[in-house]
Amino acid sequence: MNLLALQRNLRDHLTQGSTDIGREIRGDPSARLAVYHHAYRAQLMDCLRDTFERVWTWLGDAGFETAGQKHIELHPPHGWTLADYGNGFDRTLKDLYPSDPELAELAWLDWSLRRAFDGPDANCLEAVDLSRVDWNTAILYLVPTLRIAPISTNCATIWTALSDGRSPPGVQRLAAPMALRVWRAGHTPRFRSIDALEQQALQMVIEGATFATVCATIESTRHSKAAAVAGSFLASWLQDGLISFVENC
Amino acid sequence: MSHASIASFEGFGLGLRPPHYPEFLGGQVPVDFVEVISENFMVKGGKPLNVLAAIRERYPVALHGVSMSIGSADGIKLDYLHRLKALADRVKPLWVSDHLCWTGLEGFNSHDLLPLPYTEEALRVVCANIRLAQDVLERPLLLENPSTYLQFADDELSEWAFLAEVCRRTGCFLLLDVNNVYVSATNHGFDPSAYLAGVPAERVRQIHLAGHSENGRGLLIDTHDHPVPDPVWSLYQQARGRLGAVATMIERDDEIPPLADLLTELDLARALAATRQCAA
Repeated sequence: MNLLALQRNLRDHLTQGSTDIGREIRGDPSARLAVYHHAYRAQLMDCLRDTFERVWTWLGDAGFETAGQKHIELHPPHGWTLADYGNGFDRTLKDLYPSDPELAELAWLDWSLRRAFDGPDANCLEAVDLSRVDWNTAILYLVPTLRIAPISTNCATIWTALSDGRSPPGVQRLAAPMALRVWRAGHTPRFRSIDALEQQALQMVIEGATFATVCATIESTRHSKAAAVAGSFLASWLQDGLISFVENC
Repeated sequence: MSHASIASFEGFGLGLRPPHYPEFLGGQVPVDFVEVISENFMVKGGKPLNVLAAIRERYPVALHGVSMSIGSADGIKLDYLHRLKALADRVKPLWVSDHLCWTGLEGFNSHDLLPLPYTEEALRVVCANIRLAQDVLERPLLLENPSTYLQFADDELSEWAFLAEVCRRTGCFLLLDVNNVYVSATNHGFDPSAYLAGVPAERVRQIHLAGHSENGRGLLIDTHDHPVPDPVWSLYQQARGRLGAVATMIERDDEIPPLADLLTELDLARALAATRQCAA
């Protein structure tokens, strides 16, 4: 058997349990193939446990094992680094537990914090750096580790309690739409809950809108204190180290 | 393309693991070098690269990879090699190593060190992949012998003869994992002394020492979660007698003990190496 066919057979044994490779092995193949079959799955499960520690705590050992094995079965790894394997586990949880949206949201948070940890470095501006900015034409560039996702539950409170080793609260659906933003400040990944308006403003900035356009959009929502809201967003982004640089277009 | 040689270096080092970062960064740990897992630092930024830069200021660093997939029949991945090259340019390592194995194929990546058949066809594939890697990295590679749990019916060469031929055809060097020799010898019933006698001694630049476990089905598993056991120390003594001045490293990947325990093991390696020198 040529090398390509042999490697396909061993791959298919690992991912699907195919036994064709057995004919190519000296002696009784079962115990020997079992070492590789076990190691493949064990390493991926270890990776998921390590990356999704709060989901693991929330689901418990048995629940996490079931979800992890399902993910491994459905999604063989393709990335060059094992660190990428958790990508998409939130969608697996969403499919497995459609009535428990906090699970996918916890997974998204675990995953995004992990990615922020070794994401690209970036400069981060302070208030003094903005003294000469023309706000009519200013475009903000945000740090590259920033990720945003909508949430429908109190997943942030649950995550924090699990992280602190405290008893987590029960799941609650949010009364109004919210989002999470995740980023890295210095060497420390962070997250914050934000309202839908700040999510919209951040999304516009990410897509290249001027800050003046963002302000106009806030105003168009008939917000009674639009200027103050825009100012509070800017202050929060500065304080959290989200703004990498500003350009006047 | 020919690449510069790698000078012999008789140092004693440890694999750098996160629980020991503070001690390595806080003072001078008595090691001659550290080895890091390349993929852990082939990242875009953040703390890992910051830690590595600080470590590099204090210690020589060897880069040891697990994902090059040097034996893949569909070739080696250029994007991986370019990332590794960028890291090597940043670190200026003693050397760059990976394993005689394959990890992935046609986009799939098992993240495990899968065994190769030792055939002429596999030899051609491995050599072509190593030549490409050495050209992109602009340096010779060190190739490590893996622990294996099966052998293929089509094998035409012993593992040591395969490695010797790879060195001859590509100019690469070897990282001899003495524990892996012991594990594979036990699992397949060959004489580990024959392995040591068969590898080209002049190409070996580094030795790994580690522990292993028994899996309950008659096979030894390269778990790297135990101290170096006596049979591996004996084999190390034998290897040092044949290989002369090479770098030696204790490799622990799991159940990481206090740093002092690993330094005690490293002192034993120093003592055994010195004994061999006196005997010579």
